[in-house]
Amino acid sequence: MYKIVKKRQLNPTVTMMDIYAPLVAKKAQAGQFIILRADDDGERIPLTVAGYDRINGTVKIIFQVVGDSTMSLNDKKEGEYISDFVGPLGKPTETEGIRKVCIVGGGVGCAIALPVAQRFKELGAEVHSIIGFRNKDLVILEDEFRACSDRLTLMTDDGSYGTKGVVTAPLKEAIESGEKYDMVIAIGPLVMMKFVVATTKPYNVPTTVSMNPIMIDGTGMCGGCRLTVGGKTKFACVDGPDFNGFEVDFDEAMLRSTMYSDFERHEREEHCNLFKKEAE
Amino acid sequence: MMAIQPKKHEMPVQDANVRARNFKEVALGYTPEIAVAEAQRCLNCKNRPCVEGCPVNIAIPDFITKIKQGDFEGAYGIISQSSSLPAVCGRVCPQETQCESKCTLGIKFEPVGIGRLERFVADYHNANFKGKISAPESNGHRVAVVGSGPSGLACAGDLAKKGYKVTIFEALHLAGGVLVYGIPEFRLPKAIVSKEVETLREYGVDIETNVVIGKTLTVDELFENGYEAVFIGSGAGLPRFMGIPGESLKGVYSANEFLTRSNLMKAYSKDSRTPIMHARKVAVVGGGNVAMDAARTALRLGAEKVYIIYRRSMAEIPARKEEVEHAMEEGIEFDILRNPVEIIGYNNPDDRRDPKNGFVTGIKVIKCELGEPDERGRRRPVEVKGSEYVIDVDCVIMSIGTSPNPLIKNTTEGLAVNSHGGIIVEEETGKTSKEGVYAGGDAVTGAATVILAMGAGKTAAKAIDEYLSAKNK
Repeated sequence: MYKIVKKRQLNPTVTMMDIYAPLVAKKAQAGQFIILRADDDGERIPLTVAGYDRINGTVKIIFQVVGDSTMSLNDKKEGEYISDFVGPLGKPTETEGIRKVCIVGGGVGCAIALPVAQRFKELGAEVHSIIGFRNKDLVILEDEFRACSDRLTLMTDDGSYGTKGVVTAPLKEAIESGEKYDMVIAIGPLVMMKFVVATTKPYNVPTTVSMNPIMIDGTGMCGGCRLTVGGKTKFACVDGPDFNGFEVDFDEAMLRSTMYSDFERHEREEHCNLFKKEAE
Repeated sequence: MMAIQPKKHEMPVQDANVRARNFKEVALGYTPEIAVAEAQRCLNCKNRPCVEGCPVNIAIPDFITKIKQGDFEGAYGIISQSSSLPAVCGRVCPQETQCESKCTLGIKFEPVGIGRLERFVADYHNANFKGKISAPESNGHRVAVVGSGPSGLACAGDLAKKGYKVTIFEALHLAGGVLVYGIPEFRLPKAIVSKEVETLREYGVDIETNVVIGKTLTVDELFENGYEAVFIGSGAGLPRFMGIPGESLKGVYSANEFLTRSNLMKAYSKDSRTPIMHARKVAVVGGGNVAMDAARTALRLGAEKVYIIYRRSMAEIPARKEEVEHAMEEGIEFDILRNPVEIIGYNNPDDRRDPKNGFVTGIKVIKCELGEPDERGRRRPVEVKGSEYVIDVDCVIMSIGTSPNPLIKNTTEGLAVNSHGGIIVEEETGKTSKEGVYAGGDAVTGAATVILAMGAGKTAAKAIDEYLSAKNK
């Protein structure tokens, strides 16, 4: 059992938790992920590490409530326990030789982008961050990003906060104005990462994307997380989750990510109806 | 002396039509009366060929003699001297190519049903033994075992009985390895696995789940933490795919994923929160035990039609005979001498948002003929030009083997692996190129059987005991 040491609501659907898992906290690095099960009958949920405290032995996770399993996780209170927590899995983000980086985060993906930005800052790189959200209510981690970025651009789709527009607009502007990034790192919805790659490719700016496909064991056994990268089958859990954005087949990944949409919708509706019953 | 009954006593089984739609165990097990009668068939040969055929050399005629005498606990005592997991092996061993293939009776008649008798004895013990196991006195030495599958459980069990303080590290949330994530409930009830794991705990073995060796801790860190020897039984790894078009379509699974969803994550139960595809027509590619398990699972999940697509003939099929027979009885169709060339998916060119887009609609296969034998003596399949046709399916399960998991090899300096990525060991001891590190099971051999993995675990346990005894003299 793993204790929820701290729980904070970042926005109406996004929650942050610090979980006591000293072995994982000791090893975790930016870009890696963990797998947890909230309860003994729960699904295995992969989540990218959003931070770690090696001294206090905690690992920070940030998740969006999207389905039945994340709902159960969100029902847990500070001081309560979750059944399983395993990691750190996958490879850490490559930082070698990168002196100037642009971090592009979208929505809850910003939670994963933050430790990457912080890591580059720690290593002395120049960090530009572009973070995007649908609207003002969904903005998370603004202060944290500001603290570790030499330049921060905040975008909202509807213009209710920051600059109106999508993340690729300021990215394109920066590249065109002559910013020479050693690497652009995009972390967010698949469609956002696809468009970041489409933006950087004409300028040939190396671009890393963080993939989060459906997976079960996370250790290279089930093969559910396979992707096509550079024409070859790769497994996000052991070969990734970071990949060269120019080589990832995003259309295929987007198609695969909807494999269980129907099931999830059904589960969610069932869960919600239960809530309705309780309220009656 | 009575005349010898030429045939094995039939194993009582659930009716094929009924069992094909439920996840309860197929074979129901011998009654004491049948067991004694079957034991009577044993000739108790002096040269004991069956023992030679057993990878862990169970004293087979001795335990069968005990059954004849009605001393079932006595029989269990004899089996458990050599086997750590009798209830498991009695169910999943390929006896027809091992002990039973050597049985003298088999020359003229059917061999003694050794596997069925082993299972009977283990089940009898599990149901009736009320005594308590006391952990042996500790010798103060600590050994780490990586993985809680058959090789790890066997290795840990033998070392614990010798007084070693053993910790098993398991990556998943539940102990048992392939016995819980791979082999389905209807072939090996999970209650039996958890009982075997419980027994190990009573012998003083600690099991730490949710620890991935190579990630959470490295092999070197295990030594730093005070373990004096390490056994690696991390199992097989990444599932193989064929590299044909369409393998990324929705509805294409590796057998590992399909079985893990159903078994470990209990997707077969209506209460499970883990989704699995309840396909109408399923093609399983491959002819091993795992392919049979996947096909029969798909059937039980409600498929109307399940095909096994195998590129050689029935004579070469590598699965256990009993699994093939059971699968056939349940109505699984064997499309032998066929090789897939493409998986076909739905694509609506006018509507990219059509929810059916990207789901499997069929598998294109090509007919094969058997050609010259390959290096292993199996006749090579040769494709017949122009013989392609499409089988209408909505799910494809690839069951064509695995490649070793890279996590431990990538993080353990001085551990030699072969060109396939399997850990290189000295066969007689399981010793690797790294001092104090032993390995066995699929991590060494690639996908093989439970009993071979168990045998490798036992071999390594013996070698670890000798190594540590010599070192600590």
